[in-house]
Amino acid sequence: MSSGTLYDKVWDLHRVTDLPGGSTQLFVGLHLIHEVTSPQAFAALRDKGLTVRCPERTVATVDHIVPTISQQRPFEDPLAEEMLSTLERNCAEHGIVLNGLGSGRQGIVHVIAPELGLTQPGMTVACGDSHTSTHGAFGAIAFGIGTSQVRDVLASQSLAMNKLKVRRIQVNGQLTEGVSAKDLVLHVIRTLGVKGGVGYAYEFAGPAIEVLSMEERMTLCNMAIEGGARCGYVNPDQITFDYLNGRVHAPSGDDWDRAVTWWSSLASDADAVVDDEVVFDASAIAPTVTWGITPGQGLGIDESIPMPESLEVGERPMAEEAYKYMDLQPGTPIAGVPVDVCFIGSCTNGRLSDLRAAAAVARGRQVADGIRAFVVPGSEQVAKAAEEEGLDQVFRAAGFEWREPGCSMCLAMNPDRLEGRQISASSSNRNFKGRQGSASGRTLLMSPAMVAAAAVHGRVTDVRSLSLQPDL
Amino acid sequence: MADFPSGPIQRVEGRALVVAGEDIDTDRIIPARFLKCVSFDALGEQAFADDRKELEGAHPFDQPQFQGASILVVNGNFGCGSSREHAPQALMRWGIRAVVGVSFAEIFFGNCLALGIPCTTAAPDQVLSIQAAIQADPSRAWTLDLEVMKFSAEGESWTVSLADGPGEMLRSGRWDATSQLLANGPQVDALMEHMPYLNGFRPAI
Ligand code: SF4
Repeated sequence: MSSGTLYDKVWDLHRVTDLPGGSTQLFVGLHLIHEVTSPQAFAALRDKGLTVRCPERTVATVDHIVPTISQQRPFEDPLAEEMLSTLERNCAEHGIVLNGLGSGRQGIVHVIAPELGLTQPGMTVACGDSHTSTHGAFGAIAFGIGTSQVRDVLASQSLAMNKLKVRRIQVNGQLTEGVSAKDLVLHVIRTLGVKGGVGYAYEFAGPAIEVLSMEERMTLCNMAIEGGARCGYVNPDQITFDYLNGRVHAPSGDDWDRAVTWWSSLASDADAVVDDEVVFDASAIAPTVTWGITPGQGLGIDESIPMPESLEVGERPMAEEAYKYMDLQPGTPIAGVPVDVCFIGSCTNGRLSDLRAAAAVARGRQVADGIRAFVVPGSEQVAKAAEEEGLDQVFRAAGFEWREPGCSMCLAMNPDRLEGRQISASSSNRNFKGRQGSASGRTLLMSPAMVAAAAVHGRVTDVRSLSLQPDL
Repeated sequence: MADFPSGPIQRVEGRALVVAGEDIDTDRIIPARFLKCVSFDALGEQAFADDRKELEGAHPFDQPQFQGASILVVNGNFGCGSSREHAPQALMRWGIRAVVGVSFAEIFFGNCLALGIPCTTAAPDQVLSIQAAIQADPSRAWTLDLEVMKFSAEGESWTVSLADGPGEMLRSGRWDATSQLLANGPQVDALMEHMPYLNGFRPAI
């Protein structure tokens, strides 16, 4: 059993009581809600005659269903319009702040909470979305929940949970030029498997993690769930504090100093005990791309699609399914696989540094003929900051579309979709069959810089082979 | 419609109806196209939508003699298929408060339990005789008694089973996770009073 880790400390602090049946009632410090998983939870509250316990600890935005070309109301899709107006009504009725379209604060829920300073070290953060693990980047314990748990948190600001084990993902060395946090996490998932983290919280630690920016840490923790770990976290440090300082909801004045002292005390102790530890060497990781239908089917850019006999027996059926669905033959190098659509965005890689990395590739180049490429900022704040730097112009000049913020083509709940058997290079987090809106559509996950490189060459390309002109 | 289940559930009383057949999956209970919705409200009308359409009024959920029934009697492996929470929601909103059958898919059973709907079992021949008794007289009043584990109408009684854990949860009211959490409200208050980030980051006491 783990002890002395950040996970243990935050768990103990938020433990209300033990429930009959063996689970623990855990207090939720920040509850994030959006239009897709909250309406039925609010309806359930109404059925039971209950109200929202802590509206001030509940924050809403709209992201999954918003169109990214025109956000004019009412939306063209009546169901999307109904979902948003239901959220607006529920928030108004219960006194919950809704960071709506045009508020300057709207965006993907996992992008806006950190940028508003809502997500802080030592909190428990819950949201009806599996990628809530993102917030662990701050040294929070953050996890996705289902609709009935959304109802429970609304009603009681707590939920029933079982404690996870802790696995330290120790990353030694340093990532090399052109290799990003996305590549690192795809590599971890590829190594440990998509179910490898079930029952665990992942603590990302080590020299390679300590130098990552907050945005990179968010990318990393965002995808912990794709490796089966319901939450992932990084111990808070000076980089965390510098990011938070001055943000709208971050503490200020005397509170700030006390906060930093408290946050610092939460980091895992030097002699903390973890349930498991896996060591990686960052310097050995190449830009990584998925070739199959799970985020665990990844390859270094210089590798080829695996031969069935090179795989462990248990992995073969999924690989066979993937060869067929992806229409990719074993032995084909992943570099050079042609793509149709290039998507830069999502809660994994839709932040300013992601757009900068992609723009550095796109600058002075052109999207290849026949490729549809688009960039969807993760939030209104990201869009504004990017436009102030002229990134939108860089993308437009290169032939990318520049869109309004939302989840977009990460999932098929808005108009942005693959068509037919199109294959995408995508900076999002899931490559499941049909994920991007076409039942036969195919997805190659990669970093935003790699998506930009694929866009300008029309095929999967090692970004390290392109010269970058970040300041031209 | 009667109120939704709440609190301890010792017995369910009412008229019964039969939906016969093995392996009735959740897609038949509530077809997938009804899942994109902002509330569960309309699901009652949509329960068994495709089967009902096909039978043009002859489905028990449409037949006048079964309107207002609250106990559903089914056969084996009822509720198999996708894990959708919408299936028991649809049955509950139509008016079902208890189910008797030969066997239930595990996730369906759990989803029903979370709504306070007991899924009790009896041997196949027993279930067939219960179904025959209901069909013979749809107006009979039935009682599913979770204390003595009997399903009965005047003069007739069948033994039913339910695992101890779920049975105890229903009888004591602990099936309702939300109420459990709410019951500990004072402890939540106490915790909030000392939570550093809710109190200007003064150290926890
Ligand atoms: S960007 Fe994708 S993964 Fe992230 S919240 Fe939106 S739909 Fe979910």
